[in-house]
Amino acid sequence: MANLTDLSLKEMQTGLQERRFSSSELVKAALERIAQLEPQLHAFLHIASEAALTQAEVADRSESTQENPLNGIPIAIKDVLTVAGMPATAGSKILEGFMPVYTATAVKRLQGAGAILVGKTNTDEFAMGSSTENSAYGVTHNPWDTSRVPGGSSGGSAVAVAARMVPAALGTDTGGSVRQPASFCGVTGLKPTYGRVSRYGLIAFGSSLDCVGLLARSAEDAAIIFEIIAGHDPLDATSSPTKAPALDLADTSDPPLEGLRIGVPGEYFLKGMQAEVEAGVRAAITQLGALGAQVREISLPHSEYALPVYYILAPAEASANLARFDGIRYGPRAQADSLREVFARTRGARFGEEVLRRIMLGTYALSAGYYDAYYGQAQKVRTLIGQDFERAFEQVDLIACPSAPTTAFKIGAHEDDPLAMYLEDVFTLPASLAGIPGITFPVGFDGIGLPIGMQLLAPQFREGLLLRAAHAYQSATDWHRRQPEI
Amino acid sequence: MPLSLKEVERIANLARLELTDAQKARYREQLEAILDHVAKLGQLDTADIAPTTSFSTPSMPLRSDEPRPSLPQEELLENAPEQEDGQFKIPPVFD
Repeated sequence: MANLTDLSLKEMQTGLQERRFSSSELVKAALERIAQLEPQLHAFLHIASEAALTQAEVADRSESTQENPLNGIPIAIKDVLTVAGMPATAGSKILEGFMPVYTATAVKRLQGAGAILVGKTNTDEFAMGSSTENSAYGVTHNPWDTSRVPGGSSGGSAVAVAARMVPAALGTDTGGSVRQPASFCGVTGLKPTYGRVSRYGLIAFGSSLDCVGLLARSAEDAAIIFEIIAGHDPLDATSSPTKAPALDLADTSDPPLEGLRIGVPGEYFLKGMQAEVEAGVRAAITQLGALGAQVREISLPHSEYALPVYYILAPAEASANLARFDGIRYGPRAQADSLREVFARTRGARFGEEVLRRIMLGTYALSAGYYDAYYGQAQKVRTLIGQDFERAFEQVDLIACPSAPTTAFKIGAHEDDPLAMYLEDVFTLPASLAGIPGITFPVGFDGIGLPIGMQLLAPQFREGLLLRAAHAYQSATDWHRRQPEI
Repeated sequence: MPLSLKEVERIANLARLELTDAQKARYREQLEAILDHVAKLGQLDTADIAPTTSFSTPSMPLRSDEPRPSLPQEELLENAPEQEDGQFKIPPVFD
């Protein structure tokens, strides 16, 4: 039999249903692949081998039905989502040794569908970063070139999927943390509409921006996971009651994208971006046209303000959310004589550089005398960015643009320049601020063999349209089937 | 916008962060660069623009107000660095 780990999620489903192989074989193959590649890639922070194998045996004794579409299939979870009984660190030393007592809703839904969790994946500390270099537990390496970053913050999940350790993984996206690593690693990444997937059990970063998303090897596989994790959850007050549609990606129209209007925003093709990225994305847009879509230029005039808006709002929200990490209820505690010193010493010693920087920035933006000029103004400009999209979606159904200005950069390239690192997110931030869904998928490779990602954006709650368009593209091309030689 | 070291210390204190002198100096410089970049938000006239605070829709449902079991106290306390008699133990708050 071919390598089980090379199978797509859908092929795993079919193979298990037809009993061509067992879940135990599948999970064992995944764990072996993880063990073999971890020394080079370091995608995981926790590997749950024993529990996964035990659950696989249970899955092998049970029937696969419509109720448990993931029965026996190995999945990985970004380590900012809680799973009862599995350590959760959020990539931070401040949560060292923390054991959650409850499971995030998105994960629970996967478990309910029969998925087997093989482990927790590496992440920038508290999901703050674009390279996974900010993890307190070591950097994750890109499987296409291990001297390069996988993107971030869901870098561990992107690598686990790209390197065929698992067919799919959960990630989270606050400003691009699913889409940018998906782009750098040549996989398909979906950031759903804000509120579409419950945030219950997600360790909060920027609560008005945080989305649970997913990474898979194709839009077809992404749709399977999305359908399971989407939907209202009474445990998350911002969870939307809008029903998630049953997705049917098989399109009967010919050509498949007939009548679909796709807008290309000029603001997303920056001077100074990597020429191969622009060329790759433009070629992919032409391909969408060949599949029947009508392509036209559009404008999102406030795009250049997304970065400053985001780097006020997200750190401001983070500075409030991370106030709970103080050495009292969980994590290690620094010794000091007074409570106040316990707080400051624990936090100062246990948070990493980027987290400290963002807490400082957010605290500044929220502090007396600066609130209106920074936080208040950023919230208003956020409205303008949202209005840009509303106007655009009066003219077009989808927006097509690059996922990132470059392909994967070298580890350490932005070490001393936080602003240069923030610029890596410039194409993913606007959709986060507008709360709209986006999907990234590979559309080519640059001259040294690194994947180029394209991003499609849709109005709120139109993930179905994103997945359908990406699936049509992937049905006509094979970029998403390319594998890193590792 | 120039940021003084004193200002950095004030923010660190507000955020309850004990920083080294090297960190203070570094963040002073880096925050100044980031705030310079962010200053372009001031270029936009937003006098008539409402702030976006969330995407909650008016139809957001509330769950029924019924008592439910809470998370188990003992298990939650197991994560605490110090506990006593079912409570988190902390150093003295008052001198």
